[in-house]
Amino acid sequence: MIRVEALSKTYVLHTQGGIEIPVFADAEMSVDAGECVALHGPSGSGKSTLLRCLYGNCKPDGGAIRIRHGDDLVDIAAAAPRVVLDVRRRTLGYVSQFLRAIPRVPALDVVAEPLRALGLPVEAARARAGDLLARLRIPERLWTLAPATFSGGEQQRVNIARGFAANHPILLLDEPTASLDQKNREVVIELIAEAKAAGTALVGVFHDDEVREAVSTRIHLMQG
Amino acid sequence: MTGPLLTVAGLTRLYGARVGCRDVSFELWPGEVMGIVGESGSGKTTLLNCLSARLEPSTGHVVYDTRDDGPIDIYAMSEPRRRLLMRTDWGIVHQNPRDGLRMGVSAGANVGERLMAVGARHYGEIRAQADEWLRKVEIEPERIDDLPLTFSGGMLQRLQIARNLVTHPRLVFMDEPTGGLDVSVQARLLDLLRRLVTDLGLAAIVVTHDLAVARLLAHRLMVMRRGEVVETGLTDQVLDDPHHPYTQLLVSSVLQP
Amino acid sequence: MTTASGYNFAYLDEQTKRMIRRAILKAVAIPGYQVPFGSREMPLPYGWGTGGIQVTAAVIGPDDRLKVIDQGADDTTNAVSIRRFFARTAGVATTERTTAATVIQTRHRIPETPLTEGQILVYQVPIPEPLRWLEPRETETRRMHALADYGAMHVKLYEDIARYGRIATTYDYPVLVNDRYLMRPSPIPKFDNPKMDMSPALQLFGAGREKRIYAVPPYTKVRSLDFKDHPFAVQSWDRPCELCGATDSFLDEVVTDDRGGRMFVCSDTDHCGTRRDAAQEAAE
Ligand SMILES: Nc1ncnc2c1ncn2[C@@H]1O[C@H](COP(=O)(O)OP(=O)(O)OP(=O)(O)O)[C@@H](O)[C@H]1O
Ligand SMILES: Nc1ncnc2c1ncn2[C@@H]1O[C@H](COP(=O)(O)OP(=O)(O)OP(=O)(O)O)[C@@H](O)[C@H]1O
Ligand SMILES: [Mg+2]
Ligand SMILES: [Mg+2]
Repeated sequence: MIRVEALSKTYVLHTQGGIEIPVFADAEMSVDAGECVALHGPSGSGKSTLLRCLYGNCKPDGGAIRIRHGDDLVDIAAAAPRVVLDVRRRTLGYVSQFLRAIPRVPALDVVAEPLRALGLPVEAARARAGDLLARLRIPERLWTLAPATFSGGEQQRVNIARGFAANHPILLLDEPTASLDQKNREVVIELIAEAKAAGTALVGVFHDDEVREAVSTRIHLMQG
Repeated sequence: MTGPLLTVAGLTRLYGARVGCRDVSFELWPGEVMGIVGESGSGKTTLLNCLSARLEPSTGHVVYDTRDDGPIDIYAMSEPRRRLLMRTDWGIVHQNPRDGLRMGVSAGANVGERLMAVGARHYGEIRAQADEWLRKVEIEPERIDDLPLTFSGGMLQRLQIARNLVTHPRLVFMDEPTGGLDVSVQARLLDLLRRLVTDLGLAAIVVTHDLAVARLLAHRLMVMRRGEVVETGLTDQVLDDPHHPYTQLLVSSVLQP
Repeated sequence: MTTASGYNFAYLDEQTKRMIRRAILKAVAIPGYQVPFGSREMPLPYGWGTGGIQVTAAVIGPDDRLKVIDQGADDTTNAVSIRRFFARTAGVATTERTTAATVIQTRHRIPETPLTEGQILVYQVPIPEPLRWLEPRETETRRMHALADYGAMHVKLYEDIARYGRIATTYDYPVLVNDRYLMRPSPIPKFDNPKMDMSPALQLFGAGREKRIYAVPPYTKVRSLDFKDHPFAVQSWDRPCELCGATDSFLDEVVTDDRGGRMFVCSDTDHCGTRRDAAQEAAE
């Protein structure tokens, strides 16, 4: 589902005298359907950067990221914006470390949006969104509120629900359980297990050893 | 298989010796929303006006994929044709809604004008459509006969949007659509724009100096500086991983775009 | 050619008249199109119909018989002084009879008696541009005319219906001439609009202050703008003229005495008088 070839990334900080921060060079990785690959390495080793490159949020300096998109193979590193957006809509889900709340949009619709983007009717999308929010223990009274005022943990659970809503064939997870309590962590472990069973290819960063043990089929080591 | 809606090639506009914008090329596809960001004087408005047939470029081409006859250079079209295009297939949302509205006629007439301009001659139907569009932009239909003079800034901007969208354009040009509005009013307008653009599958080009607006509305960004495009790409990529020194400066000088 | 009183025939010099005639010819060739012309100072203030007077001066000949009406009446100060002006400067015969006139200069009405071939109706026009209320820039209105870009004109009618439930414009009601140019018929009541359509007479319009001449040649289509569900309709009265009993003419309400007495009578005094004379003859 994913094949990373000779990928390299260096941040250049022009506002700070052009400092260069090499993150990785010639990185290789491949992920199949039904796998959950855990990126593992010290802080600053480039785990988040790699995930963001996979999502098209970060532009690598060289190499290719081939994503199975329907019948096509799309190089995210080189694709036009509208192609990347289409890959995100139909193929690629992403749970970032923090929710980027959209003003005035209620939690239920934040979660339902990826389904709406796939053409699902409002009611069906909201029903699925409600199921996920319920599983993640977001009290129903919060569903109609915009998440901007939610606690960090609540926001993160909304974010997770949104990531899982559309059952994308590929799902990227950046420390999804970081600010969650034990019970909610278990729900996330369940969700990941279900996705794997359904054939989803997952790539994630899991700071919590217990979670990583529970979900990963394979560890991808990153050097600092 | 459809092609790009707008194809821009080597577009330059000079004001005497001064550069308005220089050598701009890009394609805009149906349903795509592109943001143009950059500091004051970087050429955003100049470019937008050139794209929307309001300012003839010094050199270069702007080719639009017309519904009936396919791609045509908008500056090679006959003037009647260009005018028709501008008020049917295009929308133009001005920063100052007073520039885009007729302040002396009612809200309903403002919305209905484009319909009448393309031949609608049934009062009842025109009014019904005006009513529907006022609702869509969250203006109470009871205000249909009120003059825009009695509207708040946010309402004026929403009225301007309704006036533009009533003919179901495929492409909308907006210059600082949330410009002189206060923050809470801006948020509401943005939310509305975001929804309309998605629901109607509109393509849009939005000039803004507000990166938060760009992030919320635009699929992709074009960063301009001194009349030239210095960086383009997917909106979140440009804002989260800016490459050009100028873009980095732009992003670092605002809190959390 | 000079008259006894020392004026050039019809006051204007020959060169000016030629210039105005050229403008008129162009106006006739492009029905409804506003032709600019070099309007001259006239010995009458603007608002007294200097545009109409110049047009009349340019088309009138020694054999013509001139009628001048103001609001339908031949005997108002304005009508009388214009008639006198031409009697003095051109020595032409004048008449109050619509049927006897070859040239009729008018302000605010079209005679009730149908006009015939060979007659010329000259309108005095205060504001010639129908799009002016909508668009103050002359360059822009010219472009709108050039492109027949008239949809916005319906905005005004829309506003009427929204506000009053019907098209409330009753004077100077906009028309489309020959399916092409939008035209202001001058402040005649919309009651008169249908008379312009396919009229056998030549209709000339002169705006002195704004320096424009336009025309509707004989047998030209003149259509009043409207909506499908609010079609154009003329004024009607629920009573006949109290002097001649006409039921199909435009009525004015006139005050008859100091005690607030009022009555409705034909605004076209010639029409009213002719009908009364005929009735009296029949009775005798
Ligand atoms: N947007 C950015 N601009 C500049 N440098 C960055 C940016 N994002 C990350 N870096 C740098 O790149 C390196 C890799 O960062 P990254 O966030 O990918 O690491 P990580 O492995 O996810 O670390 P952690 O475990 O702490 O989350 C770090 O040195 C970081 O400072
Ligand atoms: N009509 C004009 N005549 C001469 N120079 C002009 C004219 N309009 C714009 N310019 C110049 O062209 C350059 C680009 O101006 P433009 O209005 O396109 O900038 P902008 O990016 O829209 O700025 P802002 O964010 O302030 O609206 C500026 O240097 C400006 O001074
Ligand atoms: Mg990280
Ligand atoms: Mg500008």
